[in-house]
Amino acid sequence: MKLTLEIWRQKDANDKGHFETYELDNVSSHMSFLEMLDVLNQELIEKGEEPVAFDHDCREAICGTCGFVINGVAHGHMKRNTVCQLHMRTFKDGDHLVLEPWRAKAFPMVRDLIVDRSAFERIQRAGGYISARTGSAPDANSILIPKEQAEAALDFAECIGCGACVASCPNGAAMLFVGARIAHLGFLPQGQPERAERAKAMVAAMEQEGFGACTNYTSCEATCPKGVSIVGIAKMNKDYFNAKLFGGGNLGGKE
Amino acid sequence: MKLEAKIPSGPLADKWTEYKAHTALVSPANKRKHTILIVGTGLAGGGAAAALGELGYKVKAFCYQDSARRAHSIAAQGGINAAKNYQNDGDTVFRLFYDTIKGGDFRAREANTYRLAEISNEIIDQCVAQGVPFGREYSGYLANRTFGGAQVSRTFYARGETGQQLLLGAYNSLNAQVNAGNVDVFERTEMLDLIVIDGVARGIVVRDMVSGEVSSHFGDAVLLCTGGYSNVFFLSTSAKGCNGSALWRAYKRGAAFANPSFTQIHPTAIPQSGDFQSKLTLMSESLRNDGRVWVPKKAGDDRPPNQIPEDERDYYLERIYPSFGNMVPRDVASRNAKNVCDEGRGIGPTKRGVYLDFAVAIERLGVDVIKDRYGNLFEMYEMINDEDPYETPMMIYPAPHYTMGGLWVDYDLMSTIPGLFVLGEANFSDHGANRLGASALMQGLADGFFVIPNTLGQYIAKGKHPEVDPNCDEVRKVEQDAKDFNQKLLDIKGSKTVDYFHRAMGMIMLDKCGMARSKEGLNEAIEKIGKLKEEFWADVKVPGTGESLNQELEKAGRVADYFDLAILMCLDAREREESCGGHFREEHKTEEGEARRDDENFCHVTVWEHMGEDQAPQAHKEELEFEYVELTQRSYK
Repeated sequence: MKLTLEIWRQKDANDKGHFETYELDNVSSHMSFLEMLDVLNQELIEKGEEPVAFDHDCREAICGTCGFVINGVAHGHMKRNTVCQLHMRTFKDGDHLVLEPWRAKAFPMVRDLIVDRSAFERIQRAGGYISARTGSAPDANSILIPKEQAEAALDFAECIGCGACVASCPNGAAMLFVGARIAHLGFLPQGQPERAERAKAMVAAMEQEGFGACTNYTSCEATCPKGVSIVGIAKMNKDYFNAKLFGGGNLGGKE
Repeated sequence: MKLEAKIPSGPLADKWTEYKAHTALVSPANKRKHTILIVGTGLAGGGAAAALGELGYKVKAFCYQDSARRAHSIAAQGGINAAKNYQNDGDTVFRLFYDTIKGGDFRAREANTYRLAEISNEIIDQCVAQGVPFGREYSGYLANRTFGGAQVSRTFYARGETGQQLLLGAYNSLNAQVNAGNVDVFERTEMLDLIVIDGVARGIVVRDMVSGEVSSHFGDAVLLCTGGYSNVFFLSTSAKGCNGSALWRAYKRGAAFANPSFTQIHPTAIPQSGDFQSKLTLMSESLRNDGRVWVPKKAGDDRPPNQIPEDERDYYLERIYPSFGNMVPRDVASRNAKNVCDEGRGIGPTKRGVYLDFAVAIERLGVDVIKDRYGNLFEMYEMINDEDPYETPMMIYPAPHYTMGGLWVDYDLMSTIPGLFVLGEANFSDHGANRLGASALMQGLADGFFVIPNTLGQYIAKGKHPEVDPNCDEVRKVEQDAKDFNQKLLDIKGSKTVDYFHRAMGMIMLDKCGMARSKEGLNEAIEKIGKLKEEFWADVKVPGTGESLNQELEKAGRVADYFDLAILMCLDAREREESCGGHFREEHKTEEGEARRDDENFCHVTVWEHMGEDQAPQAHKEELEFEYVELTQRSYK
């Protein structure tokens, strides 16, 4: 098939940036979207032009490195997908595709389709963990966790940290990302002792990074490659308010 | 070169305990005076950074990804082994050790492998404490599944994304130490070279992959935790960025390379579909628990699978290996898939594929149970192949996946350069000639969280570690070498892309140094790769400059190293005149076509020493001594 690609080109954070249009022929329907871009880049290099920079690594939809916006939708039009696992058979001959990087105040530009997501690192470092010193752990089966609860924790732990939620939120909010970690650890008995502090620290870090607030558009959930539920945001809010209002004192109770 | 493995004396089961009881320690107040550099943040590197940070060392961790959480450990699917015996099915530490040694076709060190098995139980405890949501029974107890090469059920898992969950556990622990001020993480930073001063590893030269700036970092020990080098084959299950450059550049500075040709070709990946293909996607080995592998009995049978009647199918693993059936180890499963395809019985558009069929399991257990066990894998398969594996059998074919070879290390995990330690897949130590499923995650976490915190102290406590002068000649020279290397690549301005060369090399390697090897084929590969390397250095085209983000330059440096590494792999495969595990020499097979070991002449680790740019490397031997296991012909029949 033949495609027209309109791709955002920007040398670095100081460059103004612009769209560049490319025609690509002989695209196979078996290719992934990134393999299609590989082919474009090979052509550009051979012609002596700069290839399009984009982030990618595992190409199995698990590392969370890749991601950009295709025709206005983060990771493209297929549900529960990343661009590395988006296949060209879902496009039509003659399609016109506009590719843009994640656009959010908290994600500064690096180049072309690459942005700087280090704000996510700083949020996670603020408290997105259980402080379990190596060597302290009791026998694994001494902590019983009902199957449903472990599965619910895993549903949130599946977040790959790609940033699509931020890119698709009109407010540029990171609450699905933050809520996912808070819910993952909050569902587990091991996560209880630090639950209140975790919510306070992560929310404070999130606000400091310049992410917006949630106004229930739910576009984050709709574009999340792992289908992380906005219930995570509710869990985050609950933990945060409990921690702020009651010092976390009533967090130990029933869900 | 003297190879001292430094295996503690005493009975096998007591070695590690005795070692810990008598090793030198660094006092808590002194630990913060020692900087430890860690390259790679997967399970081994991330775990080591967290654990050493907890102990109070000053840690600097480096990764090429934009986050430590994206290291390729994240892509491991099926599970992690431990000898917990929660299933009451007869598992013990010794049995896990024995299965691992036997699975590796008796080409690993007894003491290292035993220690790995011993630590396996602590790992599961630690991971649960970190909040890893392992699969559970309705009772709330941990669940297990079975993996290849074992007759017990000892694999812990989190759906088909166990690696992701374990890495997030390690990453969270790492973050806690960053918050505590003990660890600094340098993302989008690639190691270019190792700084060796007076024969001791003292630092690394790195390139900031965004600004292009080249700089040096110094410390009292360097830990390489950079994973394997399967991408030498171009198409593999590794992430695109996975590379062997840190290992290779350390090798050129004096770290010996052990068993470089020991490669694992994983039996269950999605077959290749076109020339544009950029990587191969794995389908977890755990699928063989419920999936049955088959091909048509007749060569050239083109009927769709559901039109081939039961009695015209050959469930060849169940037929040839009745006691292990579909759960034979990976090397055996891969070799047999290749054999049936060579016979013309392969399936799919390329005829390089076999079926993995879930029909019987779905009938027995119902769709819901299968969905619960493998839902995300089935989804991924459907996404890639546009076929529903609940309805049609999967098509699979072997793919390069893991490298058992790596830098040589002693019992302390220290390489032949004092102060340079190598952890996880990057070292050679625990898996011999074939790695059993669910053992890579185990080794990464064992080395990072439990081994290095105990073995590093000895080195730190006993040495002097004077401060490094950042302007001394040694440092300046290594920095300049690294810059020159990149500039040389940029200055070629040839006509062919990096990928062109990488793909061409990969095809030679897969054909001649993959699942079957012969002296003739290896000689041919060495010659062809040598020529391709010359062409690369004369005609590669790397656009842009070194002073900013340049993804082509990153690739070019890695591929340049792969040429040399590929040749060393072929030399190693040629030198080893026997078949063992994943190393299958056509000249050395039993009458039934199985690998034939030669314990009399090859019961050793081949350890290669770099002798200079234009010199042939020198092969040394570390003899393997087996006191606790009997070397038998490996049989899964």
